[in-house]
Amino acid sequence: MLRTLFAKPRLRGGVHAEERKSATESSPVITSFPLPKKLYIPLQQHVGKPAEPMIKVGDTVLKGQLLAYSQGMISAPVHAPSSGLIIDVNDYPAPHPSALPIRTIVLETDGKDEWINIVQVDDPFALAPEEISFRVGAAGIVGLGGATFPTAVKLNMGRENQVQTLIINGAECEPYLTCDDRLMQERAAAIIDGVRIMLHGMGTASAVVAVEDNKSHAYSAMYTAALPYPQIEVIQIPTRYPMGWDRQLIRYVTGKEIPVGARSSELGVTIHNVGTAYAVHKAIRYGQPLVNRIVTVSGGAVALPMNVEVPLGTIINELFSFCQVNMDKTARIIMGGPMMGDPLPHSALPVVKGTSGVLALTKDELRDKQEQPCIRCASCITVCPAGLRPLDMANNIRINQLDTAVDLGLKDCISCGCCSYICPSNIPLVQYFKYATGEVMARQQAQHKSEQTKKLIETRNARIDKIARLQAEEERERLAAKAERERRLAAEAAEAEQEVS
Amino acid sequence: MYVIAAIISLTSLGLVLGLLLGIAAKYLKVESSPIVDELESLLPGSQCGQCGFLGCRPAAEALAEGKATPTLCPPGGSALVEQIALLLGVDVDLSTVSEPELLVARVSEDTCTGCTRCFKVCPTDAIVGAPKQIHAVVADACIACKKCVEVCPTECLQMHPAEVTLRNWRWEKPKLGFTAEADALC
Repeated sequence: MLRTLFAKPRLRGGVHAEERKSATESSPVITSFPLPKKLYIPLQQHVGKPAEPMIKVGDTVLKGQLLAYSQGMISAPVHAPSSGLIIDVNDYPAPHPSALPIRTIVLETDGKDEWINIVQVDDPFALAPEEISFRVGAAGIVGLGGATFPTAVKLNMGRENQVQTLIINGAECEPYLTCDDRLMQERAAAIIDGVRIMLHGMGTASAVVAVEDNKSHAYSAMYTAALPYPQIEVIQIPTRYPMGWDRQLIRYVTGKEIPVGARSSELGVTIHNVGTAYAVHKAIRYGQPLVNRIVTVSGGAVALPMNVEVPLGTIINELFSFCQVNMDKTARIIMGGPMMGDPLPHSALPVVKGTSGVLALTKDELRDKQEQPCIRCASCITVCPAGLRPLDMANNIRINQLDTAVDLGLKDCISCGCCSYICPSNIPLVQYFKYATGEVMARQQAQHKSEQTKKLIETRNARIDKIARLQAEEERERLAAKAERERRLAAEAAEAEQEVS
Repeated sequence: MYVIAAIISLTSLGLVLGLLLGIAAKYLKVESSPIVDELESLLPGSQCGQCGFLGCRPAAEALAEGKATPTLCPPGGSALVEQIALLLGVDVDLSTVSEPELLVARVSEDTCTGCTRCFKVCPTDAIVGAPKQIHAVVADACIACKKCVEVCPTECLQMHPAEVTLRNWRWEKPKLGFTAEADALC
């Protein structure tokens, strides 16, 4: 009895938001999205350095052809999502709350959607583990849950740290989103195959697929698909946002708490999204790089909410007209989920690797209530999954005491939005933390710049001193030479005088 | 007897230590106040003069003597104010400090005559050029001291707001959604 009470590690914090998944969770993924005329492919769709283009304007490319290669340790390449002509490599608005320009390749599709020669592998388990992560990296796969961290780097870290447990994240805890749910229901066997390939690539013995208990169909599909493989366990986890946060999920599944600043692989655990496992299956079995993904289009302003598989680089406008979004009713466009997703200023922005959903929300769905003073109810402390004190942090940020906020753990905030969601006074807590995180970063950059400035000023002063010293020396030498010449002349004149006399 | 011994020993001890202190004060004298040095190292060091003092050193001296407030340096922004206040152990109201607008000098290529005056005064060597060649500003090294703007004979050097990119874009600070009166009522 006591064992069962204490066996499962407790969940920390979290909220149970209204799920609003019913609009899209029971209809199949639409794969008949008409191929867009133009695709806008940003060169940075991942965490790390942007990819470097290796094609020029006017080149014809085939589907799956490498467009830009990864540079640096943490980066990912970008491939052509369809066949056609490269018409521009320039700055276009990024799918980001600011919609500031980002370097983008524009591909005019030819409608043939013709694949480049791809190498199929019959037995991926005959490949060396290093080869698996190399191919995953070359396929441009990044974490498809939304974090977009290059998967190959994670596989390598897992292998180097001899990770014992691979957790496959099928939590999908954000409201509205059902793309992972549908993927698990429809393509469970492929996901399980991807998991097996990942296990092989990391040299890890066992995997746990964790599915929230509100997705019973997905769970049973995954359970059935994993039955032949005793090394893969499929479990149900409680439905509680943010269950899909890696640290929360790891704590729940393994009981391990990852210390601040440490990586999960150092504790013998690595976590990947179900979508990533599916992409790995496609990349290794069929040699197909990451060129399309399933996107949930939902929200009150969407007449035909659905999960739809689209090529990367599809403009959200086209997605919206396909799903018959009423733009007049749309009060806010969100990329990702409503809790952690980013609001977009307009919809002329491309779908990228990390786009799990695009929501068109009506005014009724937004919570734009009047902010009230804090009543110190401590609800935000109760729900914070990171164990922070949001109200204290926000108060300090409001009076610009950022250092105190950092001491209170600002850097451990994951911007999950639980505190803002639960606050009865409607205080925009998470907005304060997002602002402060940016501001702290800006200050670090300013500090760095002022150090650089000091160095520049010192070198300049040293140079000016040196020039002055050299000039003074020259002047002294010149004067000395002049005095010498005059002395000689005087001596010569004296000599001549003597001779005359 | 004990009393006299105590008086003698303590007096002589005091004399010897006093002598030692006197010698130390003479030979180990610190030329400048360490607090001024520390303050100066915090200040930007560009000697821009926007604080009303002749440079960062005089400003640091004024700060140490309490003749200036920690909010004196406009280019430093609130981060600097916080550091100075911490060092001096004073409280400041940071809500009145405005963040400096990020500016960067830019050369208008139409009017630059290549006179080289600007890069001679640039304290950080942020301007590159050669006589009778159009000059250019290295934006990363520019500290917006505006010295080049003053010396430019053709007014081709102007300050522009620094460009916002995806790298330096930040979320804005939320505005307080209620008034102070409402706060006081609660």
